[in-house]
Amino acid sequence: MFWGSRKTIDMNYFPDEVLEHVFDFITSHKDRNSVSLVCKSWYKIEKYSRQRVFLGNCYSISPERLIARFPGLKSLILKGKPHFADFNLVPDDWGGFLYPWIKAMAKSRIGLEELRLKRMVVSDESLELLSESFPNFKSLVLVSCEGFTTDGLAAIAANCRFLRELDLQENEVEDHRGYWLSCFPGSCTSLVSLNFACLKGEINLASLERLVARSPNLKSLRLNRAVPFDTLQRLLIRAPQLVDLGTGSYIHDPSSEAYNKLKAAIQNCNSIRSLSGFLEVAPCCMPAIYPICENLTFLNLSYAAGLQSNELTRLIHHCRKLQRLWILDCIGDKGLGVVASTCKELQELRVFPSDPFDAGNAAVTEEGLVLVSEGCPKLNSLLYFCQQMTNAALITVAKNCTNFIRFRLCILDPIKPDPVTNQPLDEGFGAIVRSCKGLKRLSLSGLLTDQVFYYIGMYAKKLEMLSIAFAGNSDKGMLYVLNGCKKLRKLEIRDCPFGDTALLEDMGKYETMRSLWMSTCEVTLGACKVLAKKMPSLNVEIINESEQTEFNLDDRQKVDKMYLYRTLVGHRKDAPEFVWLL
Amino acid sequence: MLNQQGRGGMWVALCFEFASSWIERKEVFLSNLEMESDCSKNEETCPQLLDLIPQEREWYTKRKDGKIHLSSEEKKLELRLGPPGGDDNWSIKLNAKNNRERDEPVISLGYLSSMNNNGKQAPKFPSPEDHHHPVGSVLSPSWTKTHHHDHQQLTNPPFLQFPSTPHQSLPVTAKESSQSCCTKAVNMNAEEKPFSPTANTVAPPNTSLKRSAPGPVVGWPPIRSFRKNLATSSSSKPASEPPHKAANEKKGAEPSAKFVKINMDGVPIGRKVDLKAYDSYEKLSAAVDELFRGLLAAQRDSCAGGIVKKVEEEKTITGLLDGSGEYTLVYEDNEGDRMLVGDVPWHMFVSTVQRLRVLKSSELSALSLGSSRQGKIPA
Repeated sequence: MFWGSRKTIDMNYFPDEVLEHVFDFITSHKDRNSVSLVCKSWYKIEKYSRQRVFLGNCYSISPERLIARFPGLKSLILKGKPHFADFNLVPDDWGGFLYPWIKAMAKSRIGLEELRLKRMVVSDESLELLSESFPNFKSLVLVSCEGFTTDGLAAIAANCRFLRELDLQENEVEDHRGYWLSCFPGSCTSLVSLNFACLKGEINLASLERLVARSPNLKSLRLNRAVPFDTLQRLLIRAPQLVDLGTGSYIHDPSSEAYNKLKAAIQNCNSIRSLSGFLEVAPCCMPAIYPICENLTFLNLSYAAGLQSNELTRLIHHCRKLQRLWILDCIGDKGLGVVASTCKELQELRVFPSDPFDAGNAAVTEEGLVLVSEGCPKLNSLLYFCQQMTNAALITVAKNCTNFIRFRLCILDPIKPDPVTNQPLDEGFGAIVRSCKGLKRLSLSGLLTDQVFYYIGMYAKKLEMLSIAFAGNSDKGMLYVLNGCKKLRKLEIRDCPFGDTALLEDMGKYETMRSLWMSTCEVTLGACKVLAKKMPSLNVEIINESEQTEFNLDDRQKVDKMYLYRTLVGHRKDAPEFVWLL
Repeated sequence: MLNQQGRGGMWVALCFEFASSWIERKEVFLSNLEMESDCSKNEETCPQLLDLIPQEREWYTKRKDGKIHLSSEEKKLELRLGPPGGDDNWSIKLNAKNNRERDEPVISLGYLSSMNNNGKQAPKFPSPEDHHHPVGSVLSPSWTKTHHHDHQQLTNPPFLQFPSTPHQSLPVTAKESSQSCCTKAVNMNAEEKPFSPTANTVAPPNTSLKRSAPGPVVGWPPIRSFRKNLATSSSSKPASEPPHKAANEKKGAEPSAKFVKINMDGVPIGRKVDLKAYDSYEKLSAAVDELFRGLLAAQRDSCAGGIVKKVEEEKTITGLLDGSGEYTLVYEDNEGDRMLVGDVPWHMFVSTVQRLRVLKSSELSALSLGSSRQGKIPA
């Protein structure tokens, strides 16, 4: 090595352009972040060449700082509200507004092309501004968002000349009826993906047909309930190249002409690999889709409440290549047995409750899960709502499937023990975490003591997200997790006896995590204040929905909802009255 | 060609350059942490944290008098990792310290130090060797766990007070042992009962209230709203289908709840109501009144200059259905239209309503309503 003048050293390095070219091959966010830390020069090159940014918490940094850091930003993923907002634990106006981001990016002339949002409040104004400010805008994906109407969608349709993707997943959209679809200009032929399944209102069917007809690149089309059978058939004729189809209403007379036409049209759609929808369904029409089942890799029947177990199993018999299955629990344990014997490639299974508030009637139990674990060794992702679970079953599942990355179990009665032994489910979950060394996400339910957290802290070394409800006996439970799970990023807790001691034991831990949610626990206002004071890099927010508006409540009072997250920009300026920023 | 001095000088210059940008680097590192995708697979460097899962260490709590002992009550709460009646079946690696367990049992997790009145901290419990803070994370193990709760409350600084009952700070003991013991515990079948019965049947006093009643609970089960009203919103089977067995039939039958959002003018926080809990418009109206009365009063309070009166005159909200009150109840149906509540039979209303709103009656005429009563609403 030469330690001469700086010029000599620089000559030993690659020129910037070469480095940039090398960095182009590094796509993972994590790797690019690491690259930026190597030295100033790499930081600079990486900064100017970065196009894709992921922000897990929109309040961790301000739009202005993001733009200053990555002026070449083209693709942004933003997440807003805490996860429990999906279950109505967060009041509507809590925050997560998109508008400031759009405004800042528009002002700085960012060349935004892709935007993917989750749990954010998206106003029509922000959609309009978006559509007007970014001439190359191509892709908008909104998941579990709210705050906009179909007028905002109309603006996107009308102004984004090169739009390729408009994907709306489970958003709360105020529907002003279907004219928005007619706003796609005749010149728009670039659509690749269109998903409006979550919209509740009517759709201009003729506009839809014309749109699909002039979109030769359309690969993914998911319709809403308002699109009837006849239209589906005509759409399929125009778009035989589809890879992903979501039907709307699927009801017709199987002896009709329209049904036969649909059958014929579907047989022409050789590329369909993913099927969903059936928001309204007549079981007698299902045979029409059997021909495409053998190639399906993803089947989502989780909204098809009109299909019973025998129809579901008949369908599944044809789906030998299935990798991901989302289904309602009316399939039953026996039906899951059919899944186990048919779908040998299955990696992801989600079983949703068809009657969520009637815990005694859920049609699947631990038996179904055990069958699937025996038949599908590639299973790595599970979301399972069931009536009951036993330790023995979980231990068996853990033996059969060691590849779980996501394991989310929801027993509908939240504190139900093992019905056979009357024991808590500590051992069962312990077996899961011990056996599945790559587990990244875990959700617990059933009767659970501190012991399960001991196991989690001991074995779940790769765990990144943990959801806990109605579990544990004491602060020790939470401490086991905080201390043992080195990779923990998101922890959400509700209705557990964890209090101040656990919260304050190791305050530095929260700087290594994205966020912590605790509701209806034993945490007091005083402890939250202490935490906020000692850790300026955290925002500690209290959501107070009671009638008391006075801030200086007794510090001994337990807080109902606390949400804390690390941030580089301090308190947010857009918090509503019922959110106290400590 | 280089002399030693030049070389040293260059090193120093480089070190300075990096040192001065340390703050920047830390910022960059922190902001990078926020930008890591959820799908990351690589190893992440994070600050080494105190490993409070002991392998061969013990955890002690110091009482005010410095002695450590286990009261009989605490013994009952001891969680053991062995079958009841003894631990000779387990190959627990115990070091000399652990053998003293009878006398100085493993008690609670957590760093504990005694804190005297002027706030000085006593030397802490030995920490693991690998404990360091690359990003300046604060680890502050200085909480006094006291069992003489009443005494301490007066002398400790306020932020050390844990306001729950003394039982909450009662340590639950666990026979901490090496991994081999845990391995055994997990490999067992359910029948062998790894826990001593006491651990399972003792319910810590502070937890029973919250977790006893599994009735309808807010936010449970954890599914998105879209899935909640599934049974109501999907159409039932066509008449030509033969009836199915009872087990499956109920899926298309009456669902047991229908939650809809309800917002009120002037109240920032919305609520949700289960329409299945009512069987008439009158009951719904009464429920709305109950829900929002308090919130509305609180709002009026806060608008009145922030002086809080604990007991505020709460006005009943009346006249929601006939336009005679200050507020009127409207709803959005499954076609997206806004309608006045009360026009259609109750059951039809329940099946089509998607969302409720309590609007100021004075503002009704300004809105477009799909109801035939539109012209009759008093301004």
